[in-house]
Order: sequence, then C-alpha cells, then structure tokens
Amino acid sequence: MSALQVQAGELLASGKAEVVIGYGEGTRGRVRPVFVRTRADVSLLVFDGRCTANLTVYLAKPEVGRMGKAAIVATPGAVRSLIQLIAEHQVDPGEVVVLAADDDAVTLLTDPAALEAYAAAHPVTIPPEAKAVTESLARMSAQERRAFWDAELSRCFKCYACRSACALCYCTRCITDMNQPQWVCVAPHALGVMEWHLNRAMHMAGRCVQCGSCTSACPAGIPIGLLAMEASRSVEKEFGAQAGLRCDAPPALSSFAADDRESFIL
Amino acid sequence: MRSANTYMPYPMRIDAIIDEAPGVRTFTLKFMNNADAEEFSFKAGQFGEYSLFGEGEATFCIASSPTRQGYIECTFRQAGRVTSALARQEVGSVLGFRGPYGNIFPLEEWYGRNILFVAGGIALPPLRSVIWNVLDLRDRFKDVTVLYGARSVADLVYKHELKEWGTRSDMRLVTTVDPGGETAEWQGKVGFVPTVLETLAPGPENTVALVCGPPVMIKYTFPVLEQLGFTADQIYTTLENRMKCGVGKCGRCNVGPVYVCKDGPVFSYRELQSLPAEY
Amino acid sequence: MSTHHGVLSHQNLLKLLSGITAGGMELYAPRKTGQKVFFDHITDVREIAFDPLPTTESPKALLFPRVERLLSFARDGESMRVDDRCADLMPRRVLFGTRPCDAVALQRLAEFFADGIEDMFVGKRREQLVVISLSCAVADADCFCTSAGSGPGDGTGSDILLTASGGERYDMEVLTDRGREVLATFAGLWDEGSPADTSGYLAVVEPLPALAGFGAKLAGAFASTVWKDASLRCLGCGACAYVCPLCSCFDIEDEGTPSKGSRLRCWDSCGFSLFTLHTSGHNPRPTQTERWRQRVMHKFSYMPARFGHAGCVGCGRCSRACPADMNLREQITMLDAGIALQSAP
Repeated sequence: MSALQVQAGELLASGKAEVVIGYGEGTRGRVRPVFVRTRADVSLLVFDGRCTANLTVYLAKPEVGRMGKAAIVATPGAVRSLIQLIAEHQVDPGEVVVLAADDDAVTLLTDPAALEAYAAAHPVTIPPEAKAVTESLARMSAQERRAFWDAELSRCFKCYACRSACALCYCTRCITDMNQPQWVCVAPHALGVMEWHLNRAMHMAGRCVQCGSCTSACPAGIPIGLLAMEASRSVEKEFGAQAGLRCDAPPALSSFAADDRESFIL
Repeated sequence: MRSANTYMPYPMRIDAIIDEAPGVRTFTLKFMNNADAEEFSFKAGQFGEYSLFGEGEATFCIASSPTRQGYIECTFRQAGRVTSALARQEVGSVLGFRGPYGNIFPLEEWYGRNILFVAGGIALPPLRSVIWNVLDLRDRFKDVTVLYGARSVADLVYKHELKEWGTRSDMRLVTTVDPGGETAEWQGKVGFVPTVLETLAPGPENTVALVCGPPVMIKYTFPVLEQLGFTADQIYTTLENRMKCGVGKCGRCNVGPVYVCKDGPVFSYRELQSLPAEY
Repeated sequence: MSTHHGVLSHQNLLKLLSGITAGGMELYAPRKTGQKVFFDHITDVREIAFDPLPTTESPKALLFPRVERLLSFARDGESMRVDDRCADLMPRRVLFGTRPCDAVALQRLAEFFADGIEDMFVGKRREQLVVISLSCAVADADCFCTSAGSGPGDGTGSDILLTASGGERYDMEVLTDRGREVLATFAGLWDEGSPADTSGYLAVVEPLPALAGFGAKLAGAFASTVWKDASLRCLGCGACAYVCPLCSCFDIEDEGTPSKGSRLRCWDSCGFSLFTLHTSGHNPRPTQTERWRQRVMHKFSYMPARFGHAGCVGCGRCSRACPADMNLREQITMLDAGIALQSAP
C-alpha cells in the first residue's frame, strides 16, 4: 500500500473523513477522479505525474457535499485553490482535510497555517508547452497576439469545460448565464466567445492559482488558462498580490488598501 | 403564404390588455395580415411561442377558446426577461406568435359527458380555453363544474369571467382561496383546492376531470380524485416544461420518450404514470 | 441507384478534391490544429489531415452549425422588416474525410430534424451536402461503431465511400446519384472497378456486448440508484454533447435591440444545470445525477423508442473529450451490469 492509501485509510477509519476525493486509474491510461468511501476501496487511489486535474472543484458539487466530510488529494495547485476558496469564504478552514501529494511525498494538512506553509514551499509547475506559448506571446505585437487569440478562440464552442473544471468558478449562476440584462452574448460566435473568455479572465484576475485545469479540460485544445494567468500576473505586478497563498487575504481586485497603486486611473 | 422557416412568427397586434392579478396580464392579439388570420386555426390545449424582437420568445398556452375566432388571448405572469419585456407593451404594440403547437384536449370524445375543471392560480388559462369551448358548445356536454383556487383573492385571474360563470345556471363554479388569503368581502370558500374538492365530492360516473395547477396542487389533487373513484384515464392535465422551439427539436422539454411540446402538453394521468417524473 | 464501383489513386483523389474547390463548390475536410483535428473549410487540399481516427469535433456543424441566424429584424419607420432567410440558397458543399460513423450520424441527424414539423435549415443543408467518406483502417479503445448500428466500412449516409486498399489507392463505392454527379466532372481521374472485398482493409472494432438489449434494460432503470455513482465525477460541462455527432439540443436567443437584431439558434446541452431550469426556480433535473441519466436515457432508450435507432453511433468522441474520463463504453458496460444486478430477483 502506498503512503497515500495508508493515510486515506486512516482518515476513513477514524471518521476524520467520510469520503476521500482522489485520483484513480481511468481508461486509456488516464487517471480520473474517484470518491473513496470505505477503507477497502483505498486501493483505488493512485498518485503520479498524470494526476494534474484540480479535484477541489468537486467541493462545490452538491452530491459530493452530501457525502459528508471530505479529504482531498491535492496537487500544489489544488492546495492553492483551497487556500483561495477559504480566503473567499467558500470553504471553512477545517471543513476539508488535505492530503497534499507531490511526487512520492504525502503531507496531511488540516489547518490554514499548514496549507499556507505547504503552498509557500511547493510552487505550481507550469507545463513547458504553456511556458513556450507564453514566451512566444510575449514576443508578439498586440496585433499578432490578437490574431493568435482569434484563431485559438475560433475553435471554442462554449461547452464551458474550462468553467466546469475550475475550482474558483463556483458561482451558482455565472454572469454568462444571466439574462436580465444579458451581459454576455449566449451565442458561440466570435464576439460571444471573446466576451465570455475576457469576462472569465477578468473574474479570475488575482484569483487564478494557475493549476492548469481549464486548459487540460478544453476539448478543443485551446490554451485558455493563459488568459487568466496573464491577468493574474498583471495583478501581481500592480498590487503584489498572488492568489492561493494566504487564507485571510481577500482577492486583490475585490478589496481596497489605502496604499494601492492607482496607475490605472486615468 | 406561410414561410418555410419554422421559426418565423406571425406578426400580431395587441388589441386589449387586462390586468388580472399582481404581475399577471392577459393580451388579446389580432393577426396583422388577413391571410394569416384565415389560415390560422387551433384547438383547446395548444400553445405557442410569443415573442418580442430583441428580447426573445416565451411559451404560453392559447387561453382563448377556438370557438372565438379572429383573435387569440394569452395570460402570463411577469417573471423572466421576455415576460418582463412583454409586460411593458401597450395596446397597439406588435408581437410575434408561432403556433399553434402541441396536442389537444380530446373534447369531441367527451361529448355527452360531465366535465369537471380543477384549477389553481396562474394555471387557469389552459383550462379557460376549454371552459369557454365547452360553454360555447354547451348542449354537447352534461354537467360542467369549475373549481378554481388561488393563494389570495387578489391572485384569482379572469375575475370578470368568474363573476359571469358564477351567475350562469348551466354550470357550477366554486372558488376558493388559501387560508389567510381571504378578504372581508370574500364570498367563496377558504381552503386548499384538494381539500375543497374532497368536500365537493364530484362523482366519477361519466365524468372527465381536467386538472391544471402548480405542482403541489396537482400532487395532492390526483389522489383525491382517485379516492372519489376517478380512474387515471378520466383525469387530464397539462405539463409545463421549459420549451424553446415548440416543435420537438430543441430537446428542452423531453421527458422520457416524449417531447412535451409535440406529444403534449395535454396528458391523461394514465399517460403521466408511464413517464418519469421530470416535470 | 445501384452502387457504382471504381478505383482511385491517392494522388488523383487530391486532384479531384482540388478540382472541387476550383469548380466553386465549398470543400470541408479534416484539418489539424495542434493535437486536435477539425472539419474546416479547405481551399488548399495539402491542408487536409488524413488522420486515422475521427476528428475532435464531429461534422454535425455542416448541418447544424454551432450558431445560426433563424431570422433577422430591422425597424423600418412604423413597420418591422423581418428576413426569414427563405430566399437564401444553401451552397452545395462537399464534405470529405468523414468516417462511416459520421456519415451514419449525419443521416440520423437529418432524419431527426425532418421528423414532424420539418426544420428547413437542416433539411436544405442536407440536400446540398455531398458526403465522401473514408472507411476506417484503425479503431481505438473508445470506438464501438459495430455495436451501435454501423461499422468501419458502412456506406450508409455517404454519397461516396473510399476504402484505402494498399499502395496509395482506394476502392471507391459511388452510392448515390449525388455522388455520381460530383464524379462526372472528373472522369479521367478514376478507373471503373468491380465490387471488391474490402473487409481485409477495415479496422477491427472491439464489440460492446452490453449495448445489445441496453435500451430495454434502461426503460425500467429510471429510478435505479446506479446513476448517482455513475455521474459523481461528471463536471457538468457540455464537451460530450458538443463533440457528439448526434446531440442536437439547442437554445434560441435574440441578439441586438428591439429595433435591429437577429434571432439565433445555438448549441445547448442537457448536461447544463440551466437547461431545464424554470424561471420560478423549479428544476426538473436539479443535479448532475438526473442530467447524466437524461443523456444516457435519451440516447439509448428514448431515441430508439422514437426513431428505431440510438442517438449514438459509437464514434467515441465524448469519451476522448471528457475532462473527467466519463468513458461511454465503460459507462454502458457498468450501467448495464449495475441495472441487471439491481433488477435481479
């Protein structure tokens, strides 16, 4: 039994968790989310380099909530999103037990301080492909960047896999689904697609923990996470705020500090 | 000639507006083109898509009787984007209408039978079409009884017609409001529709019951009817699933193997029993 | 018409496709973008991807686009001008590189939209669409066409079916008059042939035994508890529905102002929480459990009951696209076993 399986088993046996949300073997050599409720089933749990999806997204799902207290197998990205969810009052600290997994090590995190210490020590790794695209985008003119995104977004059919896979897209009714007034065009035409993704990027600015789940979820292969990543980079530059590091730090763009830079005010 | 485009509405002008209850209105609509008026016909139970350009379409039944030709009426509650925009319209405004869609109440099969109508709140409109249809062909039916209830006196719709039905000698009208919803002048009953139905105790012999109301009313009314001896074939209702296309394509109103817009909205309780409860 | 047989080299196939674009017909074919393959408008046949597996997105958009204008309106003084687009003639299009499962799906999709009150938009496009399919030489672990009423060499729904028969050459079956018409212009590019046994060139598709009798089992499984566990990891996005060649749910929305704008139809999905939500707040399918059940029931129970075939051709796209690995092959097998277990005496 792996260290992860042992720890998960103990949590279930002691009642500290009623369900362990982790990764299990899926089809075609992929891993998938599994919900382990009995000690006998901990053998389903795996953790390796394939485990990148951010499982904290399931904490907002009512069917999962009804399973009782959850323990969650978390990558460094997922730990950050949990911290961010706590900071945004979506998850109570202590409500979720975290089995932070990174390569072979499993660390049990049960309080905000432990989560923060873990996040500080475990940077999120940006996949090399994403890095390469970011670098090439940085070298482009604004016009070229626009052409790049127009081409990429032309494949978007608004299945909202990006939103569904995002732990921080927890709104019960997304702004794109509001119709009084209709802020965002429903249609997946060029304008409607651009409106949706710019809205999401702006809503993620300073909140995105760069876990990469939205990009991996996209069935059309659009590197959509780069938009929120870039928006978050701007927030970091302007306000020195990075998402997912402190459980008591409200999102930079929805809070105010007297010494905030005001360079954006014309 | 009717457009080959299924989604092309008839232009219709609002001829009259009646405020029925808080947030509830009735429009009388007339065709703008004579050719449309001539080719148009419908039967009780059918519905349509009412639209305002730039706002969208909303689904309501045709609340007027097919025996009254040259116009249609719809009654709606202001709730979402389209109904809110509709509520801002005035007499003379132009709407779009697509329809009629859906199946019908099989009135011709019910000639010679007693008809019992049980309605609650804003769900009287689909039955109002049938009630007037039956009253306009009064000699073809035996006893006609209408039991109608709403949360409060103010929430009763078609108040002027209720007055008329109440005075007619060829039908029986019983109105009721939920406890607490009565006023000092209220002459009707006080109590929930299923309870009042129980005390009324209409006999099932040679009778068809048409029941339309909020889900909770339906839920408690069906067992009362069964207790009174009505079989599932003698009870009819309409389903109110969300719809967009009205023609069985968009998938929204799919319940089990049926599309409510195409195979319904009228279902017998027997048919309903074979469907999953996804409405 | 009776099937006409021919033989065609790969080089001449490209010439033929070039000829189609040069002749003014629109050509749609698979094109690769990154790791994904999409049907796209092709002007240079060198861009066509001859990948062995189905494209990421199905070709359904050729009949039922992601978004289309149902009508447009503009205020003109006191009156409203409404353009219902009936005068618009859909252009003749050639769709190349569909797999047999895609062509079957296009036919079923057209039948669905023609049922009852016909949808002219889909109907007109189907009339104008020439489908040239490629038999499958390769299947992957998500394919199950042979258990879903089709197969790697099935010509149903295609006007022309090409089977790569080794040596850069195709056996050609011309299945319809429309196919014959297109070929007539390119007489020199292909040779007459005789019926050939192409079965040796076709993919071996792993059967999905659970699919036999699945619909009948589902009919009594609405209230089963299997759905809850089966749907637990479903994220509720529309990826499966949008890559599916047969998912046809849509939304109708107005865009613009009351004075000028359009009424649009856009793809929608029964997997979305808002799909059935009433304005009152009541939702007949409140959680993903009901929504996943609807997807499976609709495809494998309701559709067969109504149309005599499933709303699935076994192309495997949904399984490949799902971010949570809701693998349809596996789901069918698991649900079938779960339902059987529960209904056992």
